[in-house]
Amino acid sequence: MLEQCIFAGFGGQGTLLIGKFLACAGLMEGKEVTWLPSYGPEMRGGTANCSVVVSDKPIAAPVISNPSAVIAMNLPSLLKFEHTVQPGGVLIINSSLTDAKSSRDDVKVAYVPATEIAEQVGNPKGANVVILGAYMALRPEVVKVETLIEAMKEELGPRKMKFLDGNVKALHAGMEYVKNHQ
Amino acid sequence: MAVEYKATQLLTEKPRHYCPGCGHGIIHRLVAEAIEELDVHGDVVGISPVGCSVFANNYFNFDMVNALHGRAPAVGTGIKRAKPDSLVFTYQGDGDLASIGAAEVVHAAMRGEKISTVFVNNAIYGMTGGQMAPTTLVGQKTTTSPNGRDADWCGSPIRICEMLSTLEGTYYVERVALDSPGHINQAKKAIKKAFQYQMEGKGYCLVEVLSTCPTNWSMSPVESMDWLKENMIPYYPLGVFKDKGAE
Amino acid sequence: MAKKLMKGSEAIAEAAIRNGCRFFFGYPITPQTEIPEYFSERMFEEDVNGCFLQAESEVSAINMVYGAATTGVRAMTSSSSPGISLKQEGISSLCAAELPCVIVNVMRGGPGIGSIQAGQGDYYQAVKGGGHGDYHLIVFAPSSVQEAIDCMGKAFDLADKYRTPAMICADGIIAQMMEPVELPEIRDYKVDPAKKPWAATGYDCKNPVGQRADVTSLYVETEELDVLHERLQGTYKVIEANEVQYEAYNMEKAEIVVTAFGTVARIAKSVIDELEGQGIHVGMLRPITLWPFPYEAVHKAATQPGVKAVLDVEMNAGQMLDDVKIAINGAQKIEFLGHCGSHLPTVEEIKAKILAMKEGM
Repeated sequence: MLEQCIFAGFGGQGTLLIGKFLACAGLMEGKEVTWLPSYGPEMRGGTANCSVVVSDKPIAAPVISNPSAVIAMNLPSLLKFEHTVQPGGVLIINSSLTDAKSSRDDVKVAYVPATEIAEQVGNPKGANVVILGAYMALRPEVVKVETLIEAMKEELGPRKMKFLDGNVKALHAGMEYVKNHQ
Repeated sequence: MAVEYKATQLLTEKPRHYCPGCGHGIIHRLVAEAIEELDVHGDVVGISPVGCSVFANNYFNFDMVNALHGRAPAVGTGIKRAKPDSLVFTYQGDGDLASIGAAEVVHAAMRGEKISTVFVNNAIYGMTGGQMAPTTLVGQKTTTSPNGRDADWCGSPIRICEMLSTLEGTYYVERVALDSPGHINQAKKAIKKAFQYQMEGKGYCLVEVLSTCPTNWSMSPVESMDWLKENMIPYYPLGVFKDKGAE
Repeated sequence: MAKKLMKGSEAIAEAAIRNGCRFFFGYPITPQTEIPEYFSERMFEEDVNGCFLQAESEVSAINMVYGAATTGVRAMTSSSSPGISLKQEGISSLCAAELPCVIVNVMRGGPGIGSIQAGQGDYYQAVKGGGHGDYHLIVFAPSSVQEAIDCMGKAFDLADKYRTPAMICADGIIAQMMEPVELPEIRDYKVDPAKKPWAATGYDCKNPVGQRADVTSLYVETEELDVLHERLQGTYKVIEANEVQYEAYNMEKAEIVVTAFGTVARIAKSVIDELEGQGIHVGMLRPITLWPFPYEAVHKAATQPGVKAVLDVEMNAGQMLDDVKIAINGAQKIEFLGHCGSHLPTVEEIKAKILAMKEGM
């Protein structure tokens, strides 16, 4: 298994954080992982993205040119990464923020109204975790959901533990949405 | 009571390389005596600069570190942070401190770094052979201001004591001179006070010593003392600019 | 100990602390600012009790390191390319004064202010000088966060052993990336005046024990400077003979050998793994120490039976290529693939290049 995943969105959408959740879960399952963020002026109100690799074998390049999965939290991210997805890969689009449709017919595309779903489960800031849920539904072989929740605990830490429940709900809602709309 | 004039052990016996009439020899001795009288000579680090006193490592008989041009206050900061109980002082000339090292001295003072600086101002670059210093007086001829310093072209000389005493971090700032025995005695008192304050854990202290450079001023040693008195002191007034300990 | 996810910059800082470094002086610059930020908290925690100070400039920071190092303690600074340029007067001086310390360069794209993305353009600066005069730094080029941690320990130990500054040449990717790591146990470092007789640890002229510290980079007489250089060059020879580090990867059946360092070597490794799956055998010789450079190992790899060509890949115009050429000394065909600034060579182009080379064989 070699998963090369790009999480992309605006700064402040929690895009880097969901990438961290995935990397941390991979580590917890004894897999090799790398997490590489974009940084600098891009982050100051612009686009933010991170490349996460999860693998059974030692990871050579942490830099991804052709991802097996792309999570596009907004239109600029979709435009930037849509063409890079490997044939047979996964492209998840936050349809709450864009009506754009992908022209790719060789990848699995999922449109997820993440903001609305997050609001429905009472966690309006949890759109990022809804999207992560969608990813988990489409990529069950990368890490287990239980591990991902453990990773969320670890990354949130005691100070932000109060956000765990809302995030778990958002995660499941994202998974459910994809299962019901396939 | 008989007063015996003898050498201090805090200076080595190496022959000094300084020119006749140069102030460095006197200031070295004042520094050594001040440390000896405070009885802290076993735990001192002196930082020599770039300039004529670059060889001070050879003359002071305690731990000595030579710093790059202007960087002595940064080096002193590193030493003091690693050895907070030691007496750490920088010994710097006017080119070193007021020109290339202006940032380092301002920020050491701003931080209230618990080090002391003996700042030797002789209004000229000595080591490189008599070029204009930031403290060269307006009209003063040097090898890079052959027609005299032109204030319109390169500004007026910088008054370090006045400038640094505006910073919250400075604890004690005084300007002294070497032009008379009375002033020399006052210079020693000032240096000793700065060291005393440091040993008490107080903030940054600087003593500016107006000194002479007969060689590069093209004067005899006696003429140079008169020149200092008549030209430097009016522009660089002597006295205490700040003494938080006396407030 | 269980592995934990850690960002490169934070891992570098924590590794320094665990290897006895208690003095950090630095100045913010992207992409290494997380290093001073990490120290600014960690140095003041109870189990560390060290010193973090934000200097007014990179120039001051390196001179503060110089000061702290004169007392024998383990001290370091970090910066990124333009800031490392500012530190060069201090680095040259530290070498001349024979003061141990560690300098971390998180390389970004140059010259000038350049970019803030990862770069490898400071190879010459680190390895061939940078500051003035004949000197060398021991230079490490880690290609993972774990290796960066391991290099920090080695850097402090070798700096002390040889009385010379050591440099870690990481890049923006190594510093910003998170990877699972294992950290060494925390250790204290006590200055032992017997081991560092040159250090300013106090000298009482009225009751002298040991020697008076006289730390300087000034040697006015030609003969005195000669003595320093004899000593320095002698030390450099010992370092060259004993401290070379490299990784040889997939060399067994290699027909083409890639030379690369740092992040770029990891990109190349991806290509090597992929091509191996297709039955195309490519090996790699990756210097871990850029100085001392693994001349012998590179020569041996390039001339190994079955090897038909060498491909040097770098994120610069071919700076390490010079050393690869010296190592191979005409004994093998060498090709180069690289981009300047922070233009990272991709898996695709390295693969295409290797396949084209293979075609031509």
